[in-house]
This record gives sequence, C-alpha cells and structure tokens, in this order.
Amino acid sequence: MRALAALLMLVMVAAFVPAALAVEPNEVLKDPALEKRARNISKRLRCLVCQNQSIDDSNAGLARDLRVLVRERLTAGDSDKQVVGFVVARYGDFVLLRPPVNAATFVLWFGPLLILLLAGAGVFVFLRRRRPESAGAAARPLDAAEEKRLDALLADDGPGS
Amino acid sequence: MSDMSDTATTRGRPSRILFVLPVLLFGVLAAVIAYFMLTGRDPRLLPSTLIDKPAPEFSLPPIAGWQGRKPGLATADLKGKVTVVNFFASWCVPCLAEHPQVMALSKIKGIQVVGINHKDRPAAAKEWLTRHGNPYARIGADAGRAAIEWGVYGMPETFILDKTGRIRFKHVGVIRPETLKHKLLPIIRDLQK
Repeated sequence: MRALAALLMLVMVAAFVPAALAVEPNEVLKDPALEKRARNISKRLRCLVCQNQSIDDSNAGLARDLRVLVRERLTAGDSDKQVVGFVVARYGDFVLLRPPVNAATFVLWFGPLLILLLAGAGVFVFLRRRRPESAGAAARPLDAAEEKRLDALLADDGPGS
Repeated sequence: MSDMSDTATTRGRPSRILFVLPVLLFGVLAAVIAYFMLTGRDPRLLPSTLIDKPAPEFSLPPIAGWQGRKPGLATADLKGKVTVVNFFASWCVPCLAEHPQVMALSKIKGIQVVGINHKDRPAAAKEWLTRHGNPYARIGADAGRAAIEWGVYGMPETFILDKTGRIRFKHVGVIRPETLKHKLLPIIRDLQK
C-alpha cells in the first residue's frame, strides 16, 4: 500500500515537472527571439553522452556546454545554419537528431519504403496466385472415378446403418 | 488417393516459404549480431569527422599552480613530432585504467605525449598525477570548450597526430594493453617513418 502511494506520488511529481528542466535559468539569453532560436537549434542537436536525447532535454555536462556554445555563437551573430554547421564539423552528422539525406543515410531514409514496396508486392503475388487456384478447384466437375466413389459413399450411408 | 496427395502438395507450396522465411530472418539477425560481437566493434562509437584534418585551434593554460612544472598546450605545440593527445581527468575512473598504457607511450623515443585535463579541480589533478605518475610533456587545463573543439564526448579519448599536426587516429575509451599493442603502436610506428 505504501509502495503504491509512493509510486502515485512519483507519477504526480513527474507529471508536474516541466519537460524543459535541463535548460538552467542562468543559461537563458535575455533576448527572447535569440533564446527561441537557441532552443530550436538545441532541440535538433543530439546529446552525445546519452545519444537519444537532444541537448535541450539532457542534464549531461557536455549537453550543457553545447547549449552554452549555441547561445554564444548566436549572440556573436551567427546564423542558425552556421551554428549547426559548427557543431557538425566537430561531431559529424550523428549529432543531428534528424539525419540529412546523403549517400550514407540513403538506406536509412528509403529502406522502410523499399521494404513496404517489397512486402506489398509479396502480398499482391500471394493473393493473385491463390485466387484462381481455389476458384478452379471448386469449378472443376467431378470425373468418372470421383463420381463413382461419391455414389458408393452415398449408397453406404443408408438409413439402415 | 493420388489425387488427394497432389492437392495437398500444391496447397503446401506457398506456406513452405513462410516456414523458411523466419529462419532466414533469424540467420541475418544472428549474422549482424555475431559481426559486432566477434569484431569487438561498438556500434555506439562515433566515427570521427576530424580524421585527416589539422588539429583544431585551441590554447589552454597549464594546470593552475603548476606553471613551473608543466607548460600549457596550444595548437602550435602539436607540430614537428608524432604526438599523442590524451584527454584525461582525475575524476575519470577509466582514465586510471589506461594510465599504465599512457605511461608506456610516454617512454617511446621520438614522440611526444601531451594531456588535456578535462573539467578537473587543479588540486585533484595535481594529486592524481603525483600519485600515479605524469606521462605528459605538456598539460592544458580545459574547462570544456577544448573538448568540443576536438569533438570529444566522453573521457578518456586519445588522438594520434602526424608530424605536421594532422589528426590521423582517434581512440574513444580506455586504451587497453592490447589496444596499445595492436592499434596505437603500429600507427605510431607508421607515422614516425
């Protein structure tokens, strides 16, 4: 019972904590427009320590350093593209949560579509092959031998048995 | 009787493929897993974008209070010799695990081993180096920015630079004795030619 209450409390606390807890008040820029751009960029950059969080969500030291760096470069007058380029030049495309379309990521982007097409083709062929076969089997009239066997079976199943 | 067995086999044909398919898929999956397990490749490790590029521009002060003992580190210090750049910190336990290997590197003639002390307290760093030995010819104290310049995302990381100061190799994580022998030493020997 106590464990349940504790769990409930934990869920409630978790529900009320804002998602953007990672960005600390002293990191926030005074200019709201610049801060908004910084947040947007941060959401697109991967925290390389945790790998599946953006630096905007992560409490890791490196994520904090990168957030500060993004804000510094924006304040210095860099465009969004330049800031992202600066980070990509050092950490590679992997730092982008949304990978760019290029030769290396071609399979990643179009692989699922290819699999869908293959699976669709497979289903199509399967259904096409099955239908005429079963329809043909039903429509084929009984040949003489089958007719004879059927008669025998029916005769066997008389009321006397 | 023969008719019946005939229809059974024609109906059985498509489903036989369905039986083989999971086995094939499992085979593919097993092969991929075996590849990563047997080659010891960690899929979480990132390929460095800095390979074959000149070392990034940076300039770090020496560890505070240690000016007399070890000079700081800047890009210009990385030219002229084959250089090993090792990111380390006293709070980093894996760094201690690789420390004997870094010491071994520092004893090789004709190369220089330099350290970048990452986000460390000066006193703790000094104590760590005094206790375990100091393999570094120069040490730069980094508050975090130099690590970003080098594309470092964890401690420890080690780079090998050729004589022109170009990054030729990067190792993420602990340098184990076998890593030293089979990876780092052959590359250093190659670059020294």
